Amino acid sequence: MPKSLMKGNEALAKGAILGGCTHFFGYPITPQNEIPEFLARELPKTGGIFLQAESEIAAINMVYGAAAAGGRPMTSSSSPGIALMQEGISLLAAAELPSVIVNVQRGGPGIGTIQPSQCDYFQMTRGGGNGDYSIIALAPSTAQESAEMMIDAFELAQRYRTPVFIVSDGMLGQMMEPVTMPSKVPQQSVKKDWAAVGHDNRRPPITIKTLALDPCDLEQINLRLQEKFMRIRESESRYETYRISEAELIFCGYGSVGRILKNSVDQLRHEGVRVGLLRVKTLWPFPVEAFNVLPPRCRHILSTEMNCGQMIDDVRLAVNGKIQVTHYGRPGGIIPTPEELADHAKNILAGGCQ
Amino acid sequence: MNLIYTKSKGLTDRETHYCPGCSHGIIHKLVAETLVELDILGSTIGCAAVGCSILCYNYFKVDMVECAHGRAPAVATGIKRTQPDKVVFTYQGDGDLASIGTGEIVHAAHRSEKITTIFVNNAIFGMTGGQMAPTTLPGQVATTAPQGRDTSHTGMPIRISEMLAQIPGATYVARVSVHDPKAIVQAKKAIVKGFKYQLENRGFSLIEVLSSCPTGWGLSPVDAMTWLEENMIPYYPLGTFRSQEETRDV
Repeated sequence: MPKSLMKGNEALAKGAILGGCTHFFGYPITPQNEIPEFLARELPKTGGIFLQAESEIAAINMVYGAAAAGGRPMTSSSSPGIALMQEGISLLAAAELPSVIVNVQRGGPGIGTIQPSQCDYFQMTRGGGNGDYSIIALAPSTAQESAEMMIDAFELAQRYRTPVFIVSDGMLGQMMEPVTMPSKVPQQSVKKDWAAVGHDNRRPPITIKTLALDPCDLEQINLRLQEKFMRIRESESRYETYRISEAELIFCGYGSVGRILKNSVDQLRHEGVRVGLLRVKTLWPFPVEAFNVLPPRCRHILSTEMNCGQMIDDVRLAVNGKIQVTHYGRPGGIIPTPEELADHAKNILAGGCQ
Repeated sequence: MNLIYTKSKGLTDRETHYCPGCSHGIIHKLVAETLVELDILGSTIGCAAVGCSILCYNYFKVDMVECAHGRAPAVATGIKRTQPDKVVFTYQGDGDLASIGTGEIVHAAHRSEKITTIFVNNAIFGMTGGQMAPTTLPGQVATTAPQGRDTSHTGMPIRISEMLAQIPGATYVARVSVHDPKAIVQAKKAIVKGFKYQLENRGFSLIEVLSSCPTGWGLSPVDAMTWLEENMIPYYPLGTFRSQEETRDV
């Protein structure tokens, strides 16, 4: 397989085509513009449709329509744009429509900055839209993983009939790296007998809907959705451990920070400090099981993010009081350095800055 | 005995939830008859919009997708771009289309999406209980305009058909009414034409249908039809605002 140099955003776009994306609907926003630009150029070559929408709200509703009619649609945006899409994302989850939504995060709150951030962890994992629902959230940390997770996202969306998030950030999106890409990914043909494609006078009409005025009906719908989310929890959580053997402190991070932390771990291990890394690859479902296999020596988990402390809630729930957990983060678009993170860890192990 | 009138085969046998005297029933019938006459019942995908007609998928015998408030034209865009050989229509009220959904309808028309929009204008928010809509007439009483619509405070009613007729991509735009049998015949013709435009791949078509809301207006069904004729039509003139046969300046 040939290696090519590309931006993380381009790797996502290329991955989408390999994943069988048929439609892209989106609205420009920095720092994700390479995705629509790549797909405007490349998607029509594969028979797909690229359409620039008038707003993020329209884009997500076009995704909804395309998925309802049996397509494999996607959209991409960045933090404030995703905020605008939340109503449609709730609908996609409720109507069980397979779709992929990319969030190349930027600093917030508000319009914020176009610099990289991870301040949307809550937005990605807590359901920014209304109602009880969960969305698979894949968090790549390299351009290579961006492409792979994108292919995976389309597969998961079809398998579970659900929207899937790709959680990237401005640093991953803009950074160029070598990527090895398969020339073709075999796709299982999925029978979509639920799609609204016209009944052809051969079957009763199908309605794709989320309104359920009778509370008894809606309760049953909710319980059925929760069963699906439980199946996803049981089989789709993913993580990576890095040099955790004998570690006294374990960093926990994802995305851009997940890769920066590898440098911090290498540096500290070189100095003889016993630290390791647990890199979360699925923000939802959160890999709770990873925290059961940490080395017995581990006495501190440092939840590290480019935000003011959001994933720490999930880490604490997973650890359930057994190990001390603290947060270290830089909000607002600041990328922490490996040295800064290493110093903070050393300080904790020396008994300071708890 | 000759059977001279039957319910359209394009409608299910379900009893509708609409209020007595509401003209959604007439408009449903016209749309269903059109789909049957054009033999497109099996190849049509409808978009139901939030408002009284959200449940119209219970009545139309076609595949349907329920849409968030105002977003039906965007959803229809996604459907049509996925199933370009199928017929796609939206059925939207004035609260939906003329208020929260102005962005989506303008841009669907602008892109000349090959869809047909049935725009039911009854000058009020019906489903939520008679609140003022952008289409509510000056002085008309609504639950959120208890003294009558004060145009110095809320502006003049929006004329959607005239507005959309300015857009090059809007290939057929007409306003009709269903207040009497003659108007209903004209309305049917316009709806058929709108769907034909789509079948001929010409571009975006919209038929605005002036409709009554006896409950929201606080009138009897008969008085509501009279009120529509005497008050709505002068402000919302009937006619074709754009078509490829006879484009008229507005």
